Amino acid sequence: MKLRTALLGAVAVMGLSPAAFADRGTDGEVKLTFPQAVSIMNPYLSGGTKDIYASSMVLEPLAGLTPEGTLVPKLAAEIPTLENGGVSADMTSITWKLQPGLLWSDGSAVTAADAVFTWQYCTHPEGGCSQATKYEGVASVEAVDDATIKVTFDGPKANPYTAFVSALAPIIQKAQFEACIGAAAPTCTDANNMPIGTGPFMVTGFTVNDTVSMAMNPNYRDPAKPAFATAMIKGGGDAESSARAVMETGEFDYAWNTQIPPDSQAAMAAAGKGEFVVAFGTLVERIEMNTTDPSADLPEGERATAKHPHPFLSDIKVRTALSMAIDRSILVEVGYGAGGKPTCNVIPGPEGWASDNTACLTQDLEGAKALLEEAGWTDSDGDGIRDKDGKKLHILYQTTVNPIRQDFQALIKDWWTEIGVEVELKSIDPGVFFGGDAGSPDTFQKFYADVEMYANNSEMPDPESYLSQYMCSKAPTPESQWQGENINRFCDPAYDALITELGTTTDMAKRQEIAIKLNDMVTKDSMIVVPLVHRGTLSAHSNALGGVQINAWDSELWNVADWFRVK
Amino acid sequence: MLTFTLRRLLLAIPTLLVISLVIFLLVDLAPGSPLSQIPLTVPPDVRQKMIEALGADQPVMFRYVLWLRQFFWVEPMNLFDGWFGTHIVEGEQRILSWQSRSPVFSIIGERIPQTLIVIGTAYLVGILIALPIGIYSAYRQYSLFDQIGTLFAMIGFSVPTFFSGTLFIIIFSVWLGWLPTKYDTTLQVIDWASFLEQIKQMILPVMTLGLANAASISRYMRSSMLDNMGMDYVRTARAKGLSERVVVLKHVLRNSLIPVVTVIALGIPSIFGGAIITENLFGVNGIGAALIGAIQASDIPMVQTLAFIFAVLIVLFNLIADVLYGFLDPRIRYD
Repeated sequence: MKLRTALLGAVAVMGLSPAAFADRGTDGEVKLTFPQAVSIMNPYLSGGTKDIYASSMVLEPLAGLTPEGTLVPKLAAEIPTLENGGVSADMTSITWKLQPGLLWSDGSAVTAADAVFTWQYCTHPEGGCSQATKYEGVASVEAVDDATIKVTFDGPKANPYTAFVSALAPIIQKAQFEACIGAAAPTCTDANNMPIGTGPFMVTGFTVNDTVSMAMNPNYRDPAKPAFATAMIKGGGDAESSARAVMETGEFDYAWNTQIPPDSQAAMAAAGKGEFVVAFGTLVERIEMNTTDPSADLPEGERATAKHPHPFLSDIKVRTALSMAIDRSILVEVGYGAGGKPTCNVIPGPEGWASDNTACLTQDLEGAKALLEEAGWTDSDGDGIRDKDGKKLHILYQTTVNPIRQDFQALIKDWWTEIGVEVELKSIDPGVFFGGDAGSPDTFQKFYADVEMYANNSEMPDPESYLSQYMCSKAPTPESQWQGENINRFCDPAYDALITELGTTTDMAKRQEIAIKLNDMVTKDSMIVVPLVHRGTLSAHSNALGGVQINAWDSELWNVADWFRVK
Repeated sequence: MLTFTLRRLLLAIPTLLVISLVIFLLVDLAPGSPLSQIPLTVPPDVRQKMIEALGADQPVMFRYVLWLRQFFWVEPMNLFDGWFGTHIVEGEQRILSWQSRSPVFSIIGERIPQTLIVIGTAYLVGILIALPIGIYSAYRQYSLFDQIGTLFAMIGFSVPTFFSGTLFIIIFSVWLGWLPTKYDTTLQVIDWASFLEQIKQMILPVMTLGLANAASISRYMRSSMLDNMGMDYVRTARAKGLSERVVVLKHVLRNSLIPVVTVIALGIPSIFGGAIITENLFGVNGIGAALIGAIQASDIPMVQTLAFIFAVLIVLFNLIADVLYGFLDPRIRYD
């Protein structure tokens, strides 16, 4: 009876998911479209998400991350931990074991020497490797034997899973890239465009900024995968046309980054050819408050530096009132639809790392007005704008040129005007705003405005490096050529001390507790950062494509080997 | 005529040098950074290293001279090496795109065919539609046909391609489902079926651009015909008893074509320049799409090289138009 039940169960499973048992290459072609075309297939020479996602179909790391943010072995046999002895007790080294019998798509064997080479490639001083932070703190990478890789850090490392983890730090083939190290890296066009990998697909054709053609990798480690014989990624156009090609005309199976207005989302979903999927990572659209005086009357070199505190934003009551006046759910409704959620946190996820801070979610215009009164800002001349000591409450609010951000600016301006704040809006070309040119007055680092709005995120589920942005020493100044990530020039010794503590804490529960405390210090306790919307990445896939599991912590295409054609 | 051509060619050299310097400075002084599309999670010190690896931290004049050398020596010689198997510039740095790290000229080589096929066809279709409309509209001035032709031209003039293109997509792809919206550049024409596919995917972009092209050319044709229709030689031809067909198509048309041919010749560089909006809309990976992509990514070597090639083409086709004018109209002599 037991056997019979088991057999019946097995038959039922097979009947339910026939494609899961499909043979390699039996499902024809899978077609993807990206609104930004792929420029290069080597993630170490590009920081662009489009290039990293595309290359993740070909190149693989030792371990990747699941949609839940947990580690999953890719080339590694298992995840090294303290318990299984893979991570040394003093947290200064981690030893990875490769799966047995791994082959590159050209048929040669994958060895530990390839990993050692990858580390050398990305840390070469002249290479300009864009993923260098992944190998930060790595003192050496050794090949203990052909299948064992030992990564030694220059001190105890609380999070040893950075090098060779996620689509940002895959292993490249030594034989192919040996001549491409250092200054020669960009000149190896063929290797950069058609890297040999271990992933389910291999590149068969590449046209720069247009199309990547791929075929299944005959040496892929799972003999039953991938289900698709070929794959192609067509780039270009915009989010709207990509979404349309999947949701309305059905020309493509998958479209990455289809962030379109909520009403268009609904109209396209109604066509019934596909569905939108959304993954929430840590991307938060926020307003950052300037704690220094950006006034143009100050001499260059002193303007927007810690030498001159902001005339009114240094008062926490004013900052709190500005946050209270905002209705975040309206912002989500107008700008993002299913692709966003209101939030009060800089670290909105994953579970365990996020603070339970929800106080900002209800708009309170009256409370905001009262708070401004309390801070001494009253409308003494009756022109609708509050003033104090003869100075008007006037805010310069800047962001990048982007239709959603301009909608946000208009809405927030209305609310702030209602509580008696005069708002001047400014929008800057994103190339300039994020360009970091020390000679331009309009970069987000220089912050020659009172408040500014943009989005930022933590690359890893563990937010240590992300939170360390708000340390005193990371403030952009004229001396640092206006480079630095602490753009608010926030400075709290208690915050810096906690960051140091986080760097030496290895217990996960304790780390999460500290991260939540740090999150609260910059948000609800100080209102230096005013989070608005927790943004997801919105992608679309057709109903004929199965197996899609969107992922915010790794490449969205992390499980492309499991995708199949729904028949 | 020959000395005129030679003189113009020689004069073109300093002109182009000045143009190249102006373009270079303009592109360089424009705000923006090649790293502006890199996520904020990449820290400042890594960014600095990436800038150094691109060579973007070198002084402007140094980069300009390097570019001149690459453009006028390394790239032509590289082509020469490729043809004859020599090794004159082996190992020399070619002009590399900052965005993709590929040689700019290989990217252009990859894209020129698409642009010529799609944009060239659209130009040709535009001319073929425009000439008959222009001729008949002028011959029957203020007739119903002329009114409709004028309406058609005004629509072509005033409706931007991003609107007409999107409209065509919604009608022909979303509602009717007849035509693809994205151009498949990997499609190889090997048999009738793939040829049909190629035609199908070309229809939308060609229609969008052809409408705009036809609008302007048909107006030139019409007004040039009208100028000639009232001339004395037309009355003489009619008085001689020539048929209307001969009068219009032989006498009037030939003379009216002179300025129109010049306009058409001057428009040819724009074929090479691609069509930024149309190419982007339909995913045709032509030169126009390359240019806008490079501008957005502040890919200076790519923008600079493309802009300069356009300048060369414009100077060249201006010269061709002038020479052609001399051939077509014996009254014009340059010597």
